[in-house]
Amino acid sequence: MEQTQTANQGLRVVIGLGSCGIAAGAQDVMDAFDSALAAHGVEASLEVTGCNGACHREPIVEVYQGADHWTYGGVTVAQADEIVEKHLKGGSPIEEWTFQKGEIAAEVEAFFSKQKRIALGNCGVIDPERIDDYLAHDGYEALKSALASNDRDKVIAEVLDSGLRGRGGGGFPTGLKWKFTKGAAGDQKYIICNADEGDPGAFMDRSILEGDPHAVLEGMAIAGFATGATAAYVYCRAEYPLAIKRLRIAIAQAEERNLLGEKINGSGFTFKIKIKEGAGAFVCGEETALIFSIEGHRGMPRKRPPFPANSGLFGKPTNINNVETLANVPWILRNGGAAFAAMGTEKSKGSKVFALAGKIKRGGLVEVPMGITIGEILHDIGGGSDTGAPLKAVQMGGPSGGCIPARMFDTRVDYDEVTRTGAIMGSGGMVVMDETSCMVDIAKFFLDFTQKESCGKCTFCRVGTLRMLEILERISEGKGKMSDLDLLEELAIKIKETSLCGLGQTAPNPVLTTLKYFRHEYEAHVESKRCPAKVCKPLLTYSIDPDKCTGCTLCSRVCPVGCITGTKKEVHVLDQEACTKCGSCSEVCKDDAIHIE
Amino acid sequence: MNGDTPEADLTPVDALVDQHGSGMEATIPLLQGIQETYGYLPLDAIRYLTTKTGIPASHLFGVATFYKQFRLTPVGKNMIRVCLGTACHVQGGGRVHVVTREILEMADDADTTADRLFTVEPVACLGCCSLAPVVMVNETTHGRLDAPSTRKLIRKYNKAEKKAAADPS
Repeated sequence: MEQTQTANQGLRVVIGLGSCGIAAGAQDVMDAFDSALAAHGVEASLEVTGCNGACHREPIVEVYQGADHWTYGGVTVAQADEIVEKHLKGGSPIEEWTFQKGEIAAEVEAFFSKQKRIALGNCGVIDPERIDDYLAHDGYEALKSALASNDRDKVIAEVLDSGLRGRGGGGFPTGLKWKFTKGAAGDQKYIICNADEGDPGAFMDRSILEGDPHAVLEGMAIAGFATGATAAYVYCRAEYPLAIKRLRIAIAQAEERNLLGEKINGSGFTFKIKIKEGAGAFVCGEETALIFSIEGHRGMPRKRPPFPANSGLFGKPTNINNVETLANVPWILRNGGAAFAAMGTEKSKGSKVFALAGKIKRGGLVEVPMGITIGEILHDIGGGSDTGAPLKAVQMGGPSGGCIPARMFDTRVDYDEVTRTGAIMGSGGMVVMDETSCMVDIAKFFLDFTQKESCGKCTFCRVGTLRMLEILERISEGKGKMSDLDLLEELAIKIKETSLCGLGQTAPNPVLTTLKYFRHEYEAHVESKRCPAKVCKPLLTYSIDPDKCTGCTLCSRVCPVGCITGTKKEVHVLDQEACTKCGSCSEVCKDDAIHIE
Repeated sequence: MNGDTPEADLTPVDALVDQHGSGMEATIPLLQGIQETYGYLPLDAIRYLTTKTGIPASHLFGVATFYKQFRLTPVGKNMIRVCLGTACHVQGGGRVHVVTREILEMADDADTTADRLFTVEPVACLGCCSLAPVVMVNETTHGRLDAPSTRKLIRKYNKAEKKAAADPS
């Protein structure tokens, strides 16, 4: 792979290599471009960048030449050669494949136009493994200015003015946390970056770490300067190997340029960052559990006070911030807190990154100003349903959050407004659902997750979530009673009230919100033994429509229990007594003859 | 202990202690290093680590059994991770998981095939939500799967591995 330091006039081919891009085939596409460039004798700089958020269009290849910029989406290995031949060699861009002029241009415009990219500013633009790219985009200028001014209170004031609140989901004012840590007594203070992004369906932090690790490192160094901390850890989940790799490279490069480490940039400020890998425990996203994990223990939360700002890692004052929170800091210092606060609502300032997934046309990572409505995100930016079926709900806040029904999509993205619905803003996961999702099943899914992840310390969390899960399982099997719904609510409230940490305190939220907004689905499962979304298998009946069956025998061949009989060209019959409701027949039938009730 | 295989060579543990130190806070990196070396945490290695570092075995086991990453039984030759995160669940990940295990003829309580060629592990989220449902086979990610495509994919891997196992040349 050529990595020539070409000036802007040179031909540059930049490929998005975040984990999702690689999963979509971007590495193979990169190799294909490498071969094609050599085969056609084209001189070009083949470069890497992070994810720009348009995950639904990956693999993404950008071609820069002088002032010209073309973006190819959904690039296949086969197309690579054609692009090199016609565009790079021949000088004619294949316009219909591009974001700029292709059929998809309007959609791409819709995806990006309402976004406000601050934390994601460099993602998809710079090469995360080249510090010079970061420096060319005002990288480390904020840190240098802060150190030159030597005014720690001023830095904290700027962050306070910005109104930045914890982006991991807690929503605590960042400036205030820094102020507490600065004021705490201690001979050694620490900064911790919480990169344990555990919510299933959330990949905002992963993309920032893979696409712009220096923004996070610079944010940490600024936090260190402001609070008086000289040592730091990034606690990153082990399931993010690419993020860890890029962080290691970034730290080494920054140290080489004296932008991290001893006496940064000629100042008296020393700041060293180490990486600690998580080992697979959702609860370690909770700050006291995270601290125990770094110290080498099981991640079991403890009471607060004392808060980490006063007594944290190894008993010293510790400031813990989320990845996205820190990534906003350099921008805030360069542009001023007031500029950040100019966006958003009264109590929720700035922008927020969301991971849009599920039944959505244009899924990916989006960064929007606070105050935008959920509906705008889902319809204007996300393009609405990918199947054409009406949207039913959106799950926000992961396992700690809740399902917001479609009729409330005019809710604004604002910490408090979202909390009032019963969900939470959370870290930013937004999973979109339509009528093919059963809300009882979704509640069960989340309880299954939190049940497994409970550290076990608190009885109500450990046993209570298990009992709630058992009730949900009974309901989804058609064995529920109406009194179960009251029991679920009672348990939910008690678990929330008696749990020590956020895991237990929020685990019942998915159940409470689905009971509140989709009670009719629960009632159908309990009273009529029906699953309206046709998801809960024990409640379904499969039959073959004799008017549609062509006797192709596909279903009878795939049935694992042999309950379908019929010879070729003859209408097949399904024995419901023996049917295990696996759904295999319905998956292979090409005549839409399998009827599911 | 289940699946305990005496490991002949414990010298990698020495190198790990040199690298990470022997204090309590080195517990997780040390165990991660051991798992990376052997593919799991052999009983011998944990006992040896205790003698080398002074970290009590009870502490090491407490940590090893708390975090999901750590295995106390050997893995199969190939690792299949089925994503069961929210987006994958909504898009049919559960079915992909069932089908994967079905094709590999796995016993209900087993996470590794009888011929030890594959270990199937459900994971909470691989972070490729736009490609849901997702399955990772070793380092390769496969997305947008459904039951028929999963059957095809897993059959292909299974066939290739069985062939390679029968004829290593």
